[in-house]
Amino acid sequence: MENMQFIIIVIFSPLIQGIIKKLKANFQGRVGSSIFQPYYDLMRLFKKEMVVSHVTSWIFRVAPYIVFVSTIMAAIMVPVITTKSTYSITGDIIVLIYIFAMGKFFMALAALDSGTAFGGEGSSREMMVSILVEPMIMLCIFTTAIAAGSTNLAVIAEQHNTILTPSHMLAFFAFMIAIVADTGRIPVDNPDTHLELTMIHEGMLLEYSGRYLALMEWAHYMKQMLLFTIVVDMFFPLGIAYDGGMPEIAVAFGSYFLKILFLAGIMSVVESTRAKLRFFELPSLLGGSFALAVLSLLTLIMIGR
Amino acid sequence: MTSMCIYYYFGLLLFIAGAITPLVFPQKTKRFAYIFPTTGACAFAVFGMYLLFDHPLDISAASITPFLEFVFRGDAISGFFILLISILTFSVSIYSMGYTKDMVNKGVMSVLFNIFILSMYAVILSGNVITFLISWETMSVVSYFLVTFDRKEESASAGLLYAIMTHAGTAFIIAAFLLLYKYTGHMDFAGIKEAAKDIPAGIKTIIFAFAVIGFGTKAGIIPLHTWLPQAHPAAPSNISSLMSGVMIKTGIYGILRTVVDMLGVGPEWWGIAIILIGAVSSVLGILYALTENDMKRLLAYSSVENIGIILLGIGASMVLASSGLHTLSAIAMTAGLYHTLNHTLFKGLLFLGAGSVVHATHTKNMEEMGGLIKLMPYTAFFFLIGSVSICALPLFNGFVSEWLTFQALLFDFKSASAVAKLIAPLSGAALAFTGAMAVACFVKVFGISFLGMPRSEHARGAEVASPSMIAGMGFLSLLCLLTGIFPGHTIKFFSSSVFSLTGADFSSSGTGILSIREISSGISPLSLFIVMISLFIAAVFLVRIFGGKKKITYGNSWDCGIPSLTSRMQYTATAFTNPIRVTFKKIYLSKRHTKASYALKPYFAKAIEYRDDITPFFERYIYQPVTDFIHSLAGKVKHLQSGDLHLYLGYILATLILLLIFWS
Repeated sequence: MENMQFIIIVIFSPLIQGIIKKLKANFQGRVGSSIFQPYYDLMRLFKKEMVVSHVTSWIFRVAPYIVFVSTIMAAIMVPVITTKSTYSITGDIIVLIYIFAMGKFFMALAALDSGTAFGGEGSSREMMVSILVEPMIMLCIFTTAIAAGSTNLAVIAEQHNTILTPSHMLAFFAFMIAIVADTGRIPVDNPDTHLELTMIHEGMLLEYSGRYLALMEWAHYMKQMLLFTIVVDMFFPLGIAYDGGMPEIAVAFGSYFLKILFLAGIMSVVESTRAKLRFFELPSLLGGSFALAVLSLLTLIMIGR
Repeated sequence: MTSMCIYYYFGLLLFIAGAITPLVFPQKTKRFAYIFPTTGACAFAVFGMYLLFDHPLDISAASITPFLEFVFRGDAISGFFILLISILTFSVSIYSMGYTKDMVNKGVMSVLFNIFILSMYAVILSGNVITFLISWETMSVVSYFLVTFDRKEESASAGLLYAIMTHAGTAFIIAAFLLLYKYTGHMDFAGIKEAAKDIPAGIKTIIFAFAVIGFGTKAGIIPLHTWLPQAHPAAPSNISSLMSGVMIKTGIYGILRTVVDMLGVGPEWWGIAIILIGAVSSVLGILYALTENDMKRLLAYSSVENIGIILLGIGASMVLASSGLHTLSAIAMTAGLYHTLNHTLFKGLLFLGAGSVVHATHTKNMEEMGGLIKLMPYTAFFFLIGSVSICALPLFNGFVSEWLTFQALLFDFKSASAVAKLIAPLSGAALAFTGAMAVACFVKVFGISFLGMPRSEHARGAEVASPSMIAGMGFLSLLCLLTGIFPGHTIKFFSSSVFSLTGADFSSSGTGILSIREISSGISPLSLFIVMISLFIAAVFLVRIFGGKKKITYGNSWDCGIPSLTSRMQYTATAFTNPIRVTFKKIYLSKRHTKASYALKPYFAKAIEYRDDITPFFERYIYQPVTDFIHSLAGKVKHLQSGDLHLYLGYILATLILLLIFWS
């Protein structure tokens, strides 16, 4: 059973997206759509007819599946509610980052495949953002991994079942900024925009429709929830189950959802209170959070915690 | 002398035959001349494997004069590199059968090709200083001829730069060997290794520095990399593949042989220096690669990056060794050697792919390509595999070695000094940065040149590559996948080399699993592969069941209502990297030139010309002043050579008198 915990991510990720949207709507003084709206959207998209550009090649058709499958693959490797797992492959966090990179690679290629300027624009900008984000993510991971003595997420989660240390605190802030950038949220990208010139993530999906779009969107929701889960595992693992015992699992399940909801709340607050930055102002934001990540590492070296 | 030497002699014979046949039968040299190196590579591959699995082997020691003694000797370290050369030679020879079909002077090409490979084998198998230097020079000279093979002006200047750089490097190598000889009294590598512990520490450091500079020039570390992006694009693509895939690895071999093998464990800062060189080379290498629009030059810069990654592993290993952590040091060395192997496979593959593209489109400029995936489906597929491998995406080989390198750098945190503790994770961040940029870089290469619409007549006229070219690329692609999903097996192949370099073993468990006990973590690419394939099939089926039959309407790409999109409206390679150029303009020192002519200023522009030049920092601010200085010096010295016979006689007289005075 503990090997099926990735199902939680697959099933509940659209719900988290729905909740963030609802919270944002409430912040803006709107009623907003139902928190189950992403499910309806996905279902409708799966049934819809597709319009595909005749310029595209097989890359365009394979990419949605690769993006979707690689995200599920990442979900399989993350301890969601229990650190126990019988898979030999679970947990290594560097692998996770590279699996995400795989999805990104094919998404960016698919965007170039249709031969439009918007696709290329989205692709180019996404690559730029990921260049700035990736070292930062890696440094945060290093801080937690060095403190735990392992790059395995399950080990990290088990080792840090205590309160946050100073180094973890700094790494946490840096990591949150990285997540905002990586999930394409304000102030880095605007997920609700329909103006082609400002799009990053949406720009890459512009040519997609029907089931391909559904797969891409679902993968995006899953990636968002996965990144939240990684934060929870790395910085707030308190409550996570160590073995497959039922009562423990129930507690872990409850605490997991509370933590995820908390992070979703932070996201919607950030999105509602910030304005989108100009694209070329991003380096200073992300550079700042990179400095935070370096500081967290220095703190770990200096004071050992 | 064992029976296994027969493979060595057999291979040697085949390469010599391959070099001579075109000379004897110049008219009949068809592409079948490449059968010789193909089979020769197989023989050497067996020989290399034997060296890897068995014990060191003295091959021949022909003594001509007391000083000029040729010694060839193989051990586990050379076995590894022999195997690398053999694998790539095998594929490149097959590829060359088709590639050289329309080439002028293909007989000469065939001769040089064989000698070039033979000289690389000789470098790796050399057992003493003299043999090594002669082989090294042969390799350099032959590769110079290959760089200038097409006799164009730009190739000539690239070749000249290459010749100068490589000889400057050789000077440092000779100096390092002379110092070793002075303090150990040996010319023989084995003898030097025996006596190396008696060398004073200061001299050791000088030897270390000379060896790193000398061999680093060949390997292409920054700032000694300038010849790479000139020479690799100038050479024919089968040769660039060999140069980038294996020739620059002889530099890595040299560093391993002299520093790690002969000098042994040094002070910690040696390792830190290597890590820093690696980090700088990888970050700057990929930064320059990103903005490059010449496909082959981009790949050459990416080689600089990958050499950096290899050095990160080797440096981490040296740091760990000096802290006495030998098992961890072995893992770090495994990372370095694994990436050496991987880079041979995927960069060899990518250069062959680029060769096919250049062959078909007659241009190296990616802005003139596009849409090639439909015209050259096989080349596109294999190029994609190469790109995925070099971006270190899971399931392919680059991923395994980069994961190991990350772990190696994290181990350095266990070493004693605070400097290593800080440098190692920061280099890890540099590696992550490099990885992200490699992804951007190869999205650009593949996306711009293979996807979208053809951007020029050149690209529209591209034709499918010949079967032998496809076969050559296919073999390397297969190896990229196999070494990616069977890391356990792959590591077993060269665990003896790691052992002889670090004195410890990295025993990883299982076939598809790579687990490191010390950090209770691991990866299992094989199960990743299986799970991913099953998920893929499941996803396809579920979507089919869930969404019903696929309904597709084909139409135009979204064009904002403009009647039709043309290929000129696509995102260009220059535009793709613009955000990166702007963000890192402090490094690129880029200069933007725009020129517009208006019908009605400032609203209606008739034509806009845009150019964005990056300043190659090292060429402009380090090499240019040095060149200028030498030029002005030469200008001054010129006056001594007036052409007047009397003056020359005067020089002789003056020299004679001075000699008579001071000779006592």
